[in-house]
Order: sequence, then structure tokens, then C-alpha cells
Amino acid sequence: MPNEQNSNQQQGNIDDSVSAADTVLLKSKIGRNLGDFVFNNITRLFAFLLFVLVVLMGYMMYRQSIPAIEKFGWKFIINTDWDPVLENFGALPFIFGTIYSSIIALIIALPLSVGIAVFLTEFTPKWLEGPLSMLVELLAAIPSIVYGLFGMFVMAPWLRQVVEPVLGDHLGFIFLFQGPPYGLGMLAAALILTVMILPIITSISRDVLKSIPNSQREASYALGATKWETIKIILEGGKSGILGATLLGLGRAIGETMAVTMVIGNNPQISASLFEPGYTMASVIANEFTEATSNLYLSSLIEIALLLFILTIVLNSLARLVVWSVTKKYVKGATL
Amino acid sequence: MEILDRNIILQNYVVINKNNKGDTMKIKIYLFTLIVFGAFGFNSFAQLKLNGAGATFPYVIYSKWFDEYHKKTGIEFNYQSIGSGGGIKQVIEGTVDFGASDAPMTDEQIKQVKNKQKTDILHIPTVLGAVVVTYNVKGIGKGLKLTPDILADIFLGKIKKWNDSRIKKINSGMKLPDEPIFVAHRSDGSGTTNIFTGYLTKVSKTWASKVGQGTSVRWPVGLGGKGNEGVTGIVKQTEGSVGYVELAYAEKNKLPYAALKNKAGNFVLPTFEAVSAAAAGFMKDIPEDLRVEITDADGKDSYPISGFTWILVYKNMKDKNKAKAIVDFLKWALTDGEKYAQDLYYAPLPKEVVELDKKKIAQISIK
Repeated sequence: MPNEQNSNQQQGNIDDSVSAADTVLLKSKIGRNLGDFVFNNITRLFAFLLFVLVVLMGYMMYRQSIPAIEKFGWKFIINTDWDPVLENFGALPFIFGTIYSSIIALIIALPLSVGIAVFLTEFTPKWLEGPLSMLVELLAAIPSIVYGLFGMFVMAPWLRQVVEPVLGDHLGFIFLFQGPPYGLGMLAAALILTVMILPIITSISRDVLKSIPNSQREASYALGATKWETIKIILEGGKSGILGATLLGLGRAIGETMAVTMVIGNNPQISASLFEPGYTMASVIANEFTEATSNLYLSSLIEIALLLFILTIVLNSLARLVVWSVTKKYVKGATL
Repeated sequence: MEILDRNIILQNYVVINKNNKGDTMKIKIYLFTLIVFGAFGFNSFAQLKLNGAGATFPYVIYSKWFDEYHKKTGIEFNYQSIGSGGGIKQVIEGTVDFGASDAPMTDEQIKQVKNKQKTDILHIPTVLGAVVVTYNVKGIGKGLKLTPDILADIFLGKIKKWNDSRIKKINSGMKLPDEPIFVAHRSDGSGTTNIFTGYLTKVSKTWASKVGQGTSVRWPVGLGGKGNEGVTGIVKQTEGSVGYVELAYAEKNKLPYAALKNKAGNFVLPTFEAVSAAAAGFMKDIPEDLRVEITDADGKDSYPISGFTWILVYKNMKDKNKAKAIVDFLKWALTDGEKYAQDLYYAPLPKEVVELDKKKIAQISIK
């Protein structure tokens, strides 16, 4: 404190000899920390812009979907009909297709990803870890249209000729595997999505597991735990992170458009069978937006976009909540 | 002492800045002018650029035309194939110099152009396209015979097997397998779908009441593929499938296509002659504004599922140079340009239609 006063005093003396404008500049906090002030406010502006962007997007979509909202109301969400000729629009088959394909993809991808992550952190020798991780991340770098082409020309024929007939013959009594084998359909979409969300879940899970201090592993071994038991403890510790990774993967699956459009069969129906074609919200927008000429048609498509937007926000918020609650529990457990 | 130094530096900076202010401004203005003229100035003075947007179906021949015409005259075209619907929207908003569409504009849309752009819109047919029914059935090559009723019932999901008695009856020489029919259709909104469903609506009452015509419709059965290539892909891979695509896609992928029974009762394959014949068959019914769908045409050689594709131009144009450029281009396209059509799997316009087009083009004027 005395130091500061001293410097203030000194400052005052100098101030007499310089212009008044500079005095103001020097005396104010801004003058002293001009850089900090500018930098702070620029970053604040950027953060605020992001917020404005999200709100503006939501608002614009809402405004443009007003004709559809006025015409159909809440029925839009539960109506299963999508008829551009008679202009009767309902979003349920698309909402169903989006959620169903994403969930199935998640069910397949989660154990795979966590398995890979565990292998990468706990078992892989150093020389193999780098290349393996790189391969996983490479999967994320492949454009979705390439996945789509692969799905359509390689995977779908294989599903139709090999996988679906076998599943249908042996597990046909389960509702999931009924119907004729088209190849293209819910199963193809879910599998493509699996490959697409695998890298994101894997790489985040790996980072999470890696961040768990080695002392925990050592402590576990010291207490006589086996490798398997130790990994269970590590996984318990990384639970919240893995969950967060999963929900990020889910977010990606829900928004994925091109690859899914190419393999899902694009038929707005609600069927539990994985062999049947389906349709997602992103796909119907991509498919029909360019040729939607009437106002109601266009506005219905935009309302679907709005619903997708809301769905994503809700899911992301849920993700946060879940991660928080799990983290809290874990921290509590640790302190106890 | 530190603060003192900083202060002096600050002051000096201000002084330097003040002294140089004028000069810096001059330099800035100079640089700005340089950049603006360097980037845009010379280009825009040197050559004319026409912006268009619309249908994807004629994109191949249009880009050929634009390229050839650019080489000939130096006029540049910027055509975005965003789909017919998008093209019409841009024409209404006046963001393009011309549009392109596979479906004629509705009266409502024409009224919108009148309100917003204060001008009529002219429909100029450019080429003809055929939609073919393609299939993948073991042992069956090109030329499976189909009647309008059978075709409609297949796409309605009423005929489920290839050896259905009705198909067998008209294809007596062919060995049709006892296999299910998989229907493939376009999932994206498209002019092709509009022509195909327009035809089915004309020939089948059930189709008209249950499904109807549109760029996207509610399909009773089948898988949706994205784009012509998507449907081609499904048909090519799936044994027992049937779909509809533009002629070019069936030809290039060596897929067989059906001979359809036309209005006169003949089974006709989709050849260029048969498509041009369909257009000629409609000549007597062609309306003054050239907005006409030519599916299910009269004439013994007419292929029943085909359609015009149109370039949409404003009747009154604001820019004299652009108006002249469009008129000249259209005249060239309809005469010299038509010869590129067949190589790119489009059917050229019959002479009668070209004459009507020329009359229409002559109506373009400057405000």
C-alpha cells in the first residue's frame, strides 16, 4: 500500500508537467491497464456474440415457422403424415427416426469406444499407442459424404445379402429383425452413425482415463487388486467424462445429415424393425428444402429445423446436468 | 521513473500520429482504391456477367452451353443448380438475371413476380428430358412392357411380385421370376419426380386420389434414394427393384428400361425421337405461354413420360446490356446449342417449338 501511494504521489508530480488529457488517461484505471481493458471487453464481446447468434438463430427459425405453427399447432409434433401434395405435415416419423437411429448407434458405439479407450490407456505398449490413436482420430476426419458412399455401395449390399438374412433367419422372432432385407434402412444408418461417433467418444474417453493419476492405479495394485479390478476403479473415476463424451457423440449422431440420408431409405414411417427404412429430421430438410415452393411446405421444414434445434439444446442441457450430478457424487465419494 | 518513460513515449506517439494523420489517410485511400479497382473494377468493365439459378436436371447441357458461349462471345454465366424450386424463388426475389425450372411456374408464382419485379415472366423451353422406368430383374433385359395401370399399381404397392399375372400377360416371351418387387424413388424434391407423378396422376385415378403430383409426394411404398444417382444405386444393387430416373442415368449405368404403352396403344422405348415426338404431339394443345406438361402425349410414336425444361426470363429487363445478352444467348442456344443435346442425353426441341420460342424471345424488352 505505501508503495502504491508513493507512486501515486510521483505520478501527480509528473502530471503537472504534461497535458491535461494525458492526466485523465493516466489517472483512470483504463489508462493504466488499457491492454487488459481492451482484451477483456473483446473477449466479452465474442462470448456475447455467440449467445446472440444462438438466440438469433432460434428466433429466425421460429419466425419463419409461424405459418406451420399456426396451421398445425402442437399436432405437428404427433402427426405421422407427411404429404407435400395435400400439404399435411407432421414431424413424428422424423423425430422418431432421429432419436431411434442415434440411440441404436450409441448402444453399439459406447462399449466399443470405451473398450478401445481402456486398451489404449491401460494395455497398449507405447510404440503402438500413437499410431492407434491416430487411426481413431483419422476416422473423425473422413467427410460424411464418403461414409455415405461407403454405406450405400459397400455396406448396404453386404447387409442385404449377408447380415440381414442371417439375422432374420435366426433372430426373426425379435421385433428388431423382422421384415424383408432391403439393405438400406435403420440398421445401415445406425451402423454408419456408429462408425462416425466412435472417434469422438473414444478420444475423449481416452483423455479422461489418461488424466486419472497413476497413484490411483498404484494404490489399487498395492491393495492387491487385479488388473480387471483396477480398470473398474479407473472407469468409475472417469464415469462423468465418459458420459460427457457419450452425449457429445449423441449430439453428433442427431445432427448427422448426409451419410444418414444416403443409407436410411428415406421413408417417413415408424417401425421398430431395424430392417425397415426410416427418415431423420436432418435428412428431410436436406432432401426437400431445395424444392419446397409453397410457403406452408417451407415453413413446415423450418419448423422441423426448429424442433431439431430444440432437441439438440435439450439434450446438451441434459448432458450437462448428468455430468454435473455424476461429478458431484464422485467428488463427495472421494472426500468421504 | 518507469511511468515517466511511458508517459513520454505515449506523448511522442500521439505527436507522431498527429503529424502523420493526413499522410496515413492519403495512403489508406490510395490503397483502398487500388484494392477495389484491382479486384472488381477491371473485370466488371471488361465483360458482362449473367447470374442464373435453378433446375439441376438441365445443368449438364446448360454448363456446356455457357462454356461454349463464353468462348464465343466472352459473356460469362454464373449458374447455380440449386433446384427448380430455389430457382423460382430467386426469380421472384429478383436476385438473378434468369431462372431455370423443370416444372412451369404456378399462376400464384407468376403473380408474385408481377408484384415484386413489376414484370411478366416468360417460359422458354430449352430441351426435353425423358424419365425412364428402370429395373433390375434377373434375366430380363431392356424393353419389359408396362402399361400405365400396371406401372401405377407397382408404385402403389398393389402389384407385389414380378410374376404377377398382369405383367406376365403382356410380356409373354419373358421368364419373370417369382420375386418381390422393391420400389425405389427419389427422396429429394425434384422435377423428375414431378414429371413422373404427373404422368401417374394423369393415367391412374387411384394414384390421383391417393398420392397426386408434386416434386415430393407421400410414397405408398419403397425406398428413397437421394438424387438420380441414389435411385440408380438402389436399382443397380437390389435384385427385384424398380425405379424411375432420367434417361442419362439409366444409359450411363447400363440399366435396362421399360417400354411403356402410350396413349395410342403402342409400347414405346424412351428414344430421343420418341421424346421429341411427344412434344410434337402436344403442339396443337400448347398454350400461348408455353407452360405445358407433355406427359401421356398423343401420337403413335410418343414416349409418355417426358417433359420440357424451361429457362425463366423477365419480359421487361432493367439492364439493356443484359437483356441483349440473354436474347442473343437464347437464340444461339436454340439453334446451334441444340446440337449438343443428344450427346448429353437430352432430346432436342422439335422445330415447331423452337419457332414458338423465338417468338417469345422477341418479346423481351427494356424498361
